[in-house]
Amino acid sequence: MVPERALENRAQANGLIASSDGGPHEVGGAQPGAERLSNLEAVRMALHEAMVADERVLIVGEDVGKRGNVFLITTGFLEEFGPKRVVDMPLAEASIVGIAVGMAMQGLRPIAEIQFADFIYPAFNQIVGEAAKTRYRSNGDYSCPMVIRTPYGGGVHGALSHSVSIEALFYHVPGLKIVAPSTPRDIKGLLTAAIEDPDPVLFLEHKKTYRLIKGEVPEGHFTIPIGKADVKKSGTQATVVSYGYNLHQALEAAAQLETEGISVEVIDLRSIRPMDKTAILTSVRKTRKLLIVHEDNKFGGIGAEISAMVAEEALFDLDAPIHRLCGPDVPAMGYARPLEDAFMISTERMRAEMQKLVQF
Amino acid sequence: MAKTVTARAALDRGGLSDEQLVAMLWNMLLQRQLDNRGFQLNRQGKIPFALGSEGHEALQAGAALSFVRGSDILVPYYRDLGLVLGVGITPLDLLTNMFAREADLSGGRQFPNHYTARDRGVLSISSIVGAHCTHAAGVAYALTYHGEGGRVVLCSTGEGATSQGEWHESINFAAIHKLPIVFLVENNGWAISTPQSEQMAVVDVADKASGYGLPGMICDGTDPIATYRTMKVAMDRARSGGGPTLVEAKCYRLLAHSTDDDDRTYRDRDELAKQRADDPVPKFERVLLEAGIIDDAGLAAMKADVLKQANDATDAAEGLPYPSVDDMTTHVYAGAAYEPWLE
Repeated sequence: MVPERALENRAQANGLIASSDGGPHEVGGAQPGAERLSNLEAVRMALHEAMVADERVLIVGEDVGKRGNVFLITTGFLEEFGPKRVVDMPLAEASIVGIAVGMAMQGLRPIAEIQFADFIYPAFNQIVGEAAKTRYRSNGDYSCPMVIRTPYGGGVHGALSHSVSIEALFYHVPGLKIVAPSTPRDIKGLLTAAIEDPDPVLFLEHKKTYRLIKGEVPEGHFTIPIGKADVKKSGTQATVVSYGYNLHQALEAAAQLETEGISVEVIDLRSIRPMDKTAILTSVRKTRKLLIVHEDNKFGGIGAEISAMVAEEALFDLDAPIHRLCGPDVPAMGYARPLEDAFMISTERMRAEMQKLVQF
Repeated sequence: MAKTVTARAALDRGGLSDEQLVAMLWNMLLQRQLDNRGFQLNRQGKIPFALGSEGHEALQAGAALSFVRGSDILVPYYRDLGLVLGVGITPLDLLTNMFAREADLSGGRQFPNHYTARDRGVLSISSIVGAHCTHAAGVAYALTYHGEGGRVVLCSTGEGATSQGEWHESINFAAIHKLPIVFLVENNGWAISTPQSEQMAVVDVADKASGYGLPGMICDGTDPIATYRTMKVAMDRARSGGGPTLVEAKCYRLLAHSTDDDDRTYRDRDELAKQRADDPVPKFERVLLEAGIIDDAGLAAMKADVLKQANDATDAAEGLPYPSVDDMTTHVYAGAAYEPWLE
């Protein structure tokens, strides 16, 4: 059995059966003109609407055509839009991105898919050295309006090469935008914004949330601005900044603490570059305490930059040291369940950290 | 007179008119003059860096003639002075680039010989060899995306770039999709200090094409007519929907890699002297003189003209201002915003 297929089956299973942290999460209330979708279906809806709306939009990636992507996101796209717009690429990530760069420079709006974020390393130069610098090095003569979509993150028994978080490797790079939404509505709004953006956007989809997270998604065209965070739960005693699968755990931990009279505010970062300074500072100045949670390694991670910014801007508004709860600084998460569980941050640990911070 | 007529009949001109043949020589002379100028300015301490195409003049003049201006797209590499001159980049463009002036096509951002000119069909390139080949394949895909034909991408590299995975990925993709693209490999035998024999086990780069299902052609890159003839076949094939071609033009790098390189540390002087004797520029001068297409006076006038072009461009560029540091933060993204923190 090929690893991709094994993972896909497990990912499906993860969405269908209750996880160790509870069953599928519901986000957002029912609205008229809205459909209840999973994160995966929200990706599909955004891609589909963009393909229908703009003939310049095309999808290039491994197994995106006949197979309909290994997670079945683009099922039916090949039949509907044809092989010119849904391109099964040779198995070579550098040129999946590089060829998309050329397409974008020549007026198309490519969406390049890297099958798993772990496979993005061969394309590092194309993203960092080429796509992100095209506008700058040509003094605006050329631009590179493209999206690089990729599923990231662990908790799906993906082992060393199907579990990684990559955001910290790329968020250092001016010229690139990075988005990591976590709910179906945000995914649709931000993916649509990314496709319409005039610059290259790295779009990260946490694969454990693909089928686990469901919620209402408005039908039809809408965008959410890149760079805007969202207060997913308001509170008064501490601020938690997170994104990805961790965000949903943080929300659950905060909900549990609420029943005990502890009020925590949870900010969904949504965009990693640019990042929403105002939302973070507004919340921190109110709660005076900050916890950052991300699955990616701690050292040099997103939390380091947020911590530095808050220390620079709001140190004397704080009543407690900034705290980071992150993945351990080991090269990757192991395949064995205990190793994976130890790498992933449990909801219980988040709850305990929040409690400790509030009581500091 | 009779001698001239005989020689004319003997010249295999590849279907080129007298005017085209003279234009190729003029391009070659201008390349040589501008190359010299870059090295002179560097040695005078006026510019930090220069990189020359000496030895590539003939193949670039020939290849440029196969390019249709206003339609085709050139994705060059950094040793393509003659190609970019041949598609409409001017000596002033090149000198403002060398002097890193505000008026430079990249606004003084790019290294010398890293061209960009959308209005003339020249893609923006970086220094990472082979990376631009994937862009070229993407552009070629875009050119036929809406079902149109007739436009071709000319993508050039040195032989060193053919070691890069992205070069292989690009020709593979182009062959699969029968893209309208010609991959021109300017094989000058050296990648800085590494000779071809340590770069690859094959003698002919063109052999690499067979593994990917596209034709590989070889031409004498020291002969502009031979290069033009080969490139014309390849470009016409791409233009008519016949798919990509790999063209290897064999030449020799007569200069060090750049003004920062000292080839005496790795290259045999006798080998260089032997190649100098086969310098493509005087060789083609002799061809046109012997064919009676130009005469000594005409050649002298051409040389005076390219010297004047180089002098005028040097004087004009040197007098221009540097870019303003206020513009350092422009074109990071569309619009004025560039800071990672959004307020």
